[in-house]
Amino acid sequence: MLTAILALGILAGLFGLLLGYSAIRFRVEGDPVVDQINAILPQTQCGQCGFAGCRPYAEAIAAGEADINQCPPGGEAGIRALADLLGRDFKPLNAEHGQHAEKTVAVIDEQLCIGCTLCIQACPVDAILGAAKHMHTVIEKECTGCELCVEPCPVDCIHMVPVQQDISTWKWPSPDDCSDTAVVPDPVDKTAQP
Amino acid sequence: MTGTPRTLHRFHGGLRLPGNKAQSLLSPVRVMPVPPRLVLPLAQHIGTPAEPLVTVGERVLKGQMIARANGYVSVPIHAPSSGTVVEIGDRAVPHPSGLHAACIVIDTDGRDETAPDILSDDPTQLDPSELRNRIRNAGIVGLGGAGFPSFIKLNPGPERPIHTLLINAAECEPYITCDDMLMRTRAADVVSGARILQYALQAETCLIAIEDDKPEAAAAMRTAIDASSEAASMAVVQIPTVYPSGGEKQLIRIVTGREVPSQGLPADIGVICHNPGTAAAVHRALIEGEPLITRLVTVTGEGVASPGNLEVRIGTPIADVIAAAGGYTEHAHRLLMGGPMMGFALGTDAVPVVKTTNCLLVASRTELPLPQEQLPCIRCGACVDACPVLLLPQQLYWHAHAKDFDRIQDFNLFDCIECGCCSYVCPSHIPLVQYFRFAKTEIWNQERERAKADIARQRHEFRLFRQEREKEERAARLKQKQKALQTPGKSGDDPKKVAIQAALERVKAKKAGSGTTAADAASTPPADGEER
Repeated sequence: MLTAILALGILAGLFGLLLGYSAIRFRVEGDPVVDQINAILPQTQCGQCGFAGCRPYAEAIAAGEADINQCPPGGEAGIRALADLLGRDFKPLNAEHGQHAEKTVAVIDEQLCIGCTLCIQACPVDAILGAAKHMHTVIEKECTGCELCVEPCPVDCIHMVPVQQDISTWKWPSPDDCSDTAVVPDPVDKTAQP
Repeated sequence: MTGTPRTLHRFHGGLRLPGNKAQSLLSPVRVMPVPPRLVLPLAQHIGTPAEPLVTVGERVLKGQMIARANGYVSVPIHAPSSGTVVEIGDRAVPHPSGLHAACIVIDTDGRDETAPDILSDDPTQLDPSELRNRIRNAGIVGLGGAGFPSFIKLNPGPERPIHTLLINAAECEPYITCDDMLMRTRAADVVSGARILQYALQAETCLIAIEDDKPEAAAAMRTAIDASSEAASMAVVQIPTVYPSGGEKQLIRIVTGREVPSQGLPADIGVICHNPGTAAAVHRALIEGEPLITRLVTVTGEGVASPGNLEVRIGTPIADVIAAAGGYTEHAHRLLMGGPMMGFALGTDAVPVVKTTNCLLVASRTELPLPQEQLPCIRCGACVDACPVLLLPQQLYWHAHAKDFDRIQDFNLFDCIECGCCSYVCPSHIPLVQYFRFAKTEIWNQERERAKADIARQRHEFRLFRQEREKEERAARLKQKQKALQTPGKSGDDPKKVAIQAALERVKAKKAGSGTTAADAASTPPADGEER
């Protein structure tokens, strides 16, 4: 009986030491789930969720301070992915934070730009090229459509335009989103000229 | 290679469909005259669109390269006839989206003048890599419908030795008869092209698989093989008429009994497939010196007055092709590019024939009835029985409907060949293939977005880092200055006075040291913020 108690006691002590050592030696800084959440978010850095960017929002979700349905650019697909990752239920996008809109990019009207660099300082992904008293232009490929540059511009020369769709990015529509009756294209336009 | 008949195998599922091929086989091949205007889209193949080489106003000759390949997965485009380039811009192209894309428009001059210096030596004397280059430069792509650049399918790499070239002459889809007609009328060209492809691949065997509803074509091919020098290594294999036996992976299973691995290629098991039209195009390019500028198109359906096969210049407006086939009848209701199973509807005939146009089906209301009302799935499993790829269309539908794009991939969504067997048999009239196409393009879009988001995140993180760094640098500079101001100078004076004195001396030294006179100093413009 005594040997049993001693044996278990020694084992407990050994394992305790092992766990303690591991806790210090293999300590992970930061919360890995924040990185995983951040990888799902669309990185628009727009602030519509109410936080100052995607990473602060990810940290808030991990800490339980924010819900998963506050990101309009992520849309329904984003909420589903977050729900899947965190094991929570899917819920529709919270309309207080905005609507899921089509992708847009910012365009600077070069006739009006005065080269003040206020938009450059505002862009969260440094997608605006330019310098003081030099023409500014938006690098279309890097623009995330966050609209943070529109307000600071003192001459209102920035406009959001929808991204052009072409054959390589076209998507088939879901039959659920098509009209109720079968999709019937118009009969052939036989009078069209080539 | 006559003698013992081959053992054939069956693939799972498939359908026996009414052929509807007789109507387009009644008349001989008609060669269409060159139309007054040709529209050549720059993207007629899988991969990157070609890049224009000509400018508006330039005169081009028949067979001249007018757009060059752009990158590896790309082929050039050639002028199908002589004329003048009148426009290089966005135009309507045949695509299910109805969107426009970049095209080169040529107004033909009626002279059909050929470009000089076209090569034509014996291809089997060429180095295989030079052979592949010639095939690439002739603009040849898979003419069976997908349009994959053919030269890439002749270069599987040293780790994938090829033992069999399989000419896919099954033509399993109803209504389409262009490959049948090609083999009946130009079997020698197909055999010649197949011989060249076999040499390029260094394959021991070449098999030509033809469905058994095409006895004349099979006989013509056998005669041509016997007459050629490669009779020993080529053979015709007749396979049962089942849809979709013309699917590459299904055909390989039938002829060799082996399965191409999921997400893999036929080259992984030592087989490469090519369409007979592609083989004939290779012959035409390498032996007759003509790049890919024309193809056989089946024009059929109750909506055309005289259905048949036409030899059409690439870029001919479809309206002109229909006119050459007798024009529309009063029954014409829908225009499809492709066949009734895998084709797509066109909203207008003001789009051009492209390299992958194998069939134009002008269907009546009875031939292609309107889809019936979609009912709920009753889990009957008819779709599972019909699927030639052994997928579970029921499950794919469930997840596509729920927009669950992660789980749908667990059921091998991307192995679906969109043949339409499942949609055809569904008793609830669910448009299954449309759901799968929606899911596929949605997933590709999400992957593109994710890649963009990763880049945006990196840029954002770098920006934060850059701002931090600037802040630290500024703080360090400020500290330096403050320290300099606090330590007393050599002469024990007020450190500020010392600093001002040092600055004045620096300016004097600059003015003197640069050796400029007062006049020069006046003419050089001041830099921003610098004092005069």
